[in-house]
Amino acid sequence: MIRIQARTEPSSLMKVASPLLAIVLTLIFGAILFSAIGKSPVQALHVLLIAPLADSYNIGEMFVKMGPLLLCAVGLSLCYRANMWNIGAEGQLLAGALGGSAMALYFIDSESVFALPITLLAGIISGMAWAAVPTFLKLRYNSNLILTTIMFNYIALYLLIWSVHGPLRDPDGYGFPESALFSDITLLPTLFEGSRIHLGILFAIISGIIGWFILSKTHLGFQIRVFGADEPAARYAGFSSKKLSWFVMLFAGALAGLAGVSETTGPIGQLTPNISPGYGYSAIIVAYLGRLHPIGAIIAAMFMAVLYMGGDLAQIEMGIPVAVISMFQGVLLFFLLACDFFINNRLTFTNQATN
Amino acid sequence: MDADLIVQILFAAIKTGTPLLFIALGEVICEKSGVLNLGQEGMMLMGAVVGFLAAYGSGNMGFGIIAAMVMGSIMSLIFAVLVLHIGANQVATGLALTIFGTGLSAFIGADFVGQTIQGFQPIAIPLLSDIPYVGQILFSHDILVYFSFFMTALLVYVVNKTRIGLTLKAVGENPHAANAIGIKVLRVRYLAVMFGGAMAGTAGAYMSLVYTPMWVEGMTAGRGWIALALVVFASWRVGRIMLGAYLFGLASIMHLVLQGLGWSISPNLLAMLPYVATVVVMVIIGADHFKEKLLAPRSLGKPFDPRNMA
Amino acid sequence: MKFKSLLVGLGLLAGANAALAEDPLKVGFVYVGPVGDLGWSYEHDLGRKGLEEYFGDKVETTFVENVPEGADAERVITQLAKAGNDLIFTTSFGFMNPTIKVAKRFPNVTFEHATGYKLSKNVGTYVLRTYEGRYVSGTAAGMMTKTDTIGYIGSFPIPEVIRDINSTFMAAKSVNPNVKMKIVWVNSWYDPGKETDAANALMDQGVDVLIQHTDSPAPLIAAEKRGLRAIGQASDMSQFAPEAHMFSVRDNWTPYYINIAKNVMDKTWEPKDYWGGFADEILTIESINPNLPEAVKAKISSTFAAIKSGELKPFTGPIKDNKGNLVVKAGHSMTDVELAQVNWYVEGITDEVPH
Repeated sequence: MIRIQARTEPSSLMKVASPLLAIVLTLIFGAILFSAIGKSPVQALHVLLIAPLADSYNIGEMFVKMGPLLLCAVGLSLCYRANMWNIGAEGQLLAGALGGSAMALYFIDSESVFALPITLLAGIISGMAWAAVPTFLKLRYNSNLILTTIMFNYIALYLLIWSVHGPLRDPDGYGFPESALFSDITLLPTLFEGSRIHLGILFAIISGIIGWFILSKTHLGFQIRVFGADEPAARYAGFSSKKLSWFVMLFAGALAGLAGVSETTGPIGQLTPNISPGYGYSAIIVAYLGRLHPIGAIIAAMFMAVLYMGGDLAQIEMGIPVAVISMFQGVLLFFLLACDFFINNRLTFTNQATN
Repeated sequence: MDADLIVQILFAAIKTGTPLLFIALGEVICEKSGVLNLGQEGMMLMGAVVGFLAAYGSGNMGFGIIAAMVMGSIMSLIFAVLVLHIGANQVATGLALTIFGTGLSAFIGADFVGQTIQGFQPIAIPLLSDIPYVGQILFSHDILVYFSFFMTALLVYVVNKTRIGLTLKAVGENPHAANAIGIKVLRVRYLAVMFGGAMAGTAGAYMSLVYTPMWVEGMTAGRGWIALALVVFASWRVGRIMLGAYLFGLASIMHLVLQGLGWSISPNLLAMLPYVATVVVMVIIGADHFKEKLLAPRSLGKPFDPRNMA
Repeated sequence: MKFKSLLVGLGLLAGANAALAEDPLKVGFVYVGPVGDLGWSYEHDLGRKGLEEYFGDKVETTFVENVPEGADAERVITQLAKAGNDLIFTTSFGFMNPTIKVAKRFPNVTFEHATGYKLSKNVGTYVLRTYEGRYVSGTAAGMMTKTDTIGYIGSFPIPEVIRDINSTFMAAKSVNPNVKMKIVWVNSWYDPGKETDAANALMDQGVDVLIQHTDSPAPLIAAEKRGLRAIGQASDMSQFAPEAHMFSVRDNWTPYYINIAKNVMDKTWEPKDYWGGFADEILTIESINPNLPEAVKAKISSTFAAIKSGELKPFTGPIKDNKGNLVVKAGHSMTDVELAQVNWYVEGITDEVPH
């Protein structure tokens, strides 16, 4: 007879072992799945999980994919720590892309060295503004943040689509819904020759470190942690929930906005209706996989990036349909989320066969 | 606009609102128990594909609907086990469920793309459908629309007038207190989540059997997310969900109708409207502090572990 | 296991030997949607299958579906090039700039981009003369409508769609001077539910023949339910509406893909801005419904034949736009470059081109 028992304190062994357990379970599931559709499971798992890191080009691309995920996830980790259920990274990212692009187009004939910093700042501020409204509505009108942020994702999306069909459309673009290509002065420089790794990736990693620093080394971070763990205690200690809420939301909005403007001024180089394939939503998963820890988010973002790239490679190299890949990814996420269970619980085996 | 056109528009608004009504009815019960499931899109797609396959294979539409409901519940059960028993985060798990359901539905439906079935035929209800205007708007639909009327009425009654409703609300508002008076919190939540799954499955079947009788990948096109807005818009009141669903349906019909009448409005700005309206409703509700009972269930999205109870 | 890997090894060797004799041409395809969409990506995939069927083991094809049109596209195209594909088709407008960027880095790979307007040394473009199909549709619709009102379900207001709206209306007007056209935009290439709503909204307003510029068969099904008429788009949609279906204008990519592959094989490929229509059988009229009146059937055939032979060119002046300006001079037939930039409605359409 197996019984579930709560641990008195979280198991530090399981903190490391649980993701490994999840990966082993997924490998078993994957082997069955890929065999069932007549593909070699060993090759499939290799292509999905290892090939994305097999050469320098792919590693570079892994960083490109990871950048926006990480920027969003660091902000979300802090929000969730402070019990601010922000699902709005997607909208904040799109707002950042939109605001930044408007600025980049303003600078299209400029030679100024300030053009890029101002463009990035415009993106950051747009992201913050997009986070500020739901925060205000929550604090002032007690609106459910999960739901307002989801609504704001949609509003941002349609605003962006409207802009590329209207005011920001390339006048020489034959009427297609895209902005003009940005001038080089407003493009993020790449860090290595022949790769797409751009300055934005550096921002992302720095943001992870800053997030960690705030959370672990500052009084503000201490307040956030106390607040998340025990709200009444935090209030009793006199911490201002308002101040903390504003801080984490604006921080998250700024990072998501930076992610958006870094995509448009980085690998894409113009504003299009398809800036984000849902980075803001994937970042929620990244934040939880990273256990709401900014450094954990770095690892989790890398992992998610590998997973996405592996999906494309599996189509290219093995002809595995995208449907099967999404199933595999979904199950992997289920296992990863589920295995954290063992950090706080254990299974005990007793001799009572029936009770 | 003449009377006929208005009747047609209202008729269409009900048809368009019906899939939203089904998912939102499921989601509101789920949320009332304190669980937020963002996996509707995945459950709906599974309902759509399984409903289609079952109806296609058996030639029996009713069987298709039942199969879709069962499939929706099975999908939601995955979610329920993860968040209720294992304590995984609800938001992240819901999103993973959508990824999984999108893939699985595409996989099992791949060989059936392009097949057709004879959809449900409308049934005019005798006498009632003869009432001028109202009869045409309300009583000339297919059977699933009538089923949505029935489910709404049933849920309004169950939630507001019965012990089951009280139990559900108690669990959603304060699971610890509910547990203390002997309510099995997790059992209630399991049932609520599975009901939500069954309704999402029905919504999917409505898409693939009635609305557009066929299966194509991703055919629900984000309706699960709109339903989420709808629940808030209705401030968690079952009756208002019906109203809201038809309003949302009307809004999406009107923007097409107005274009046909030659109004030039940016379709993108119009598409934004339902979301803006929902935010406005939230502000109005929130501004009125006396109506606190209209706010979200207090334990929404928060896990409950009976073993942590003293 | 060992035996198996030995076999695989031998197979590889044999493959290498054969490769010396004749290397199969590796062809990659990038799709924006899932192959199961029954519309745009589905037809491109039929083209890919047609290519395989024609060349047998002289070609080897790979495809990647559901590729987002953002930063990911460049990576996927690069990975296809790296995987040794000699020829890559990128089949959506949003892949234009990524294709150009990747092509620069892989000068020995041939790229073909659908629906765009940028050429380079190793990038060709290909566009369908969908307006030819629309002209036939408009002619038939103009004859069939009893209410003198035809409906057009638009996706996005890009030049292709604007052009086709004009073509449809001019054709309808040529056979029915009283005809009016109602246009509804659904803001999607593919949303069966919304397409149904749009079809119903149009039919509620007196439209009795539907023409769609979206990819799902939903409008046909809606027309079938009302006992009205509709014309299929992109693929043969006759099975969805046995009574309502008039005919389908099908995108038939196979001949083009075969032709380009041949050119690449015998090294005669050159970058071209290719526009293909009836004459090349890239666009075809399929499944003309026997229940149409004889006169309409005859007119469909004769219009088709006239366009195919080049005798009838839909965009021949004088053409006025709906603000009264003469946009095409008498006797002039618009060139492809001019066609690519159409952003006005012809005289008689009462709407305005939306943003």
